[in-house]
Amino acid sequence: MPVTDPAPPLAADDLHVRLGGSPILRGVGLSVGAGESVALLGGNGSGKSTLLRACLGLVPIQSGTVELFGTPLARFRQWRSIGYVPQHSTGTLRGATVAEVVGSGRMALRTPFVPAGPRHRAAVDRALRRVDLQQRRHDEISTLSGGQQQRALIARALVSEPDLLVLDEPTAGVDLHHQGELADTLAGLLDDGRALLVVLHEIGPLAPLIQRTVRLRDGLVVDPGTGPDESDPACHEPDIGDSGGVFGLPADTLAHPEAGRGRDGGSRA
Amino acid sequence: MLEILSLPFMQRALLAALLTGLLAPTIGTYVVQRRLSLLGDGLGHVAIAGVGLAFITAQSPLPVAVVVCVLGAVLIEALRQHGQTSGDVGLAILFYGGLATGVLLSGAAGAGTGTLSQYLFGSLTTVTTEDLVGILILGTVVMVPAIGLAPQLFAVCHDEEFARVTGLPVRFYNYLIVVLAALTVALSMRTVGLLLVSALMVVPVAAAQHLVRGFTATMAAAMAIGVVAAVGGAVGSYGLDLAPGALIVIVSIVVFAISWPVGTLLRRGRTMADHEHAEH
Repeated sequence: MPVTDPAPPLAADDLHVRLGGSPILRGVGLSVGAGESVALLGGNGSGKSTLLRACLGLVPIQSGTVELFGTPLARFRQWRSIGYVPQHSTGTLRGATVAEVVGSGRMALRTPFVPAGPRHRAAVDRALRRVDLQQRRHDEISTLSGGQQQRALIARALVSEPDLLVLDEPTAGVDLHHQGELADTLAGLLDDGRALLVVLHEIGPLAPLIQRTVRLRDGLVVDPGTGPDESDPACHEPDIGDSGGVFGLPADTLAHPEAGRGRDGGSRA
Repeated sequence: MLEILSLPFMQRALLAALLTGLLAPTIGTYVVQRRLSLLGDGLGHVAIAGVGLAFITAQSPLPVAVVVCVLGAVLIEALRQHGQTSGDVGLAILFYGGLATGVLLSGAAGAGTGTLSQYLFGSLTTVTTEDLVGILILGTVVMVPAIGLAPQLFAVCHDEEFARVTGLPVRFYNYLIVVLAALTVALSMRTVGLLLVSALMVVPVAAAQHLVRGFTATMAAAMAIGVVAAVGGAVGSYGLDLAPGALIVIVSIVVFAISWPVGTLLRRGRTMADHEHAEH
């Protein structure tokens, strides 16, 4: 049966998540279409990182649904299609070379007991080249600067050639110059038709990359003009017009309302 | 010197030492990467309870120790995964409970601490062929996944959360690592003994980390250091008439002590070379 519309990389609906007994997400929806770049914004405690982690299955969901590429999260197996760049690497950034760390991103494509072959090495090489780290491949990751380590983690997320790249606060604690470099790196990756979901505290130098923003506050999606919109948990409405003024950015940086609606409208309940 | 190789008990001792020196650091590499360096110690203490149980039920110690150790490992990991204690209290209870139970049971079996000390500190020179067969079988069972699944186990040890997003069965691999550690501890009880096996798991890895870069290189270097320490310690103990298990551990610590300045020199050499390719 011919597929006219590829399933969107991410479709989350009415998510309720509690952590440590407190409600963090109180009925939130989020979607990312194929090739779309979406920024998830919000202040501290808004729940934006939790939303991202819930969509990746890292945090248990009390109620609501998450579908990745059309498959419910619990049954999803195509993990190579997703590249995840955590905020601070949750792992110990020591005891491994850059090439080994980047290679660990390819686990979705590796078979147990089968050693790495030329295809693996070529994929690691390609990913390192994308982030300009190929000359550091044999160095201990702990000897890299913070910015270089982040590029290594991006390469780790890229190595399986994912269709959806997910970044959790990549600009946190990064100076403007390096944020600009990050924006350039990501821009190149989006040219490949990849979808992007990035959690940000503020949009900053990444603005030209972002087609649509979703803003969270206190675990709910917010419409910047009117406050939390509890009757519309799945926010498919892009930020338009006035929010340009809030960010001080020209309005055309953000999604054109017609284009946004056309992509999402009617495809998700 | 070479005449010692013609003595059957020495052949067995050297083979047992070789296998232990190869296996302990291999699993130790994962344990150190996961910052669980005290796991070997905890499992060693739990295994003592297994030995006591074997005495009192008149069973062979190795199989009983293996079973008790694996059960202990699964319990430790289950506690860790459910967020109860990252080590401390839970491990402490298992440590001391295991040791105390072992002493209690072996005393009740009439064996006393003298017999128990063979397992606490190793008894390399009394390794039987039966022991050796057990060590070989267990050793193979440990080595096959330790090497064959190295990329997967590395991914889980290095960044568990990221590994989940690559679809790896992280919970299974976590249990696998502690079970492999349990098997390694049990099979080492005749060579270095249950109280010292953790040293052979951790010290060669720490020494290797000074000398080489990266996970694979660390594991390979740790295995080499482990074998050198174990075989060297075994040979030395024969020549110097010293306790083999303890000497093996001392040798590995000496290697670690030497690796520190050597490693600093190596690193300085590398940094100077890297300045040629400096960027940023």
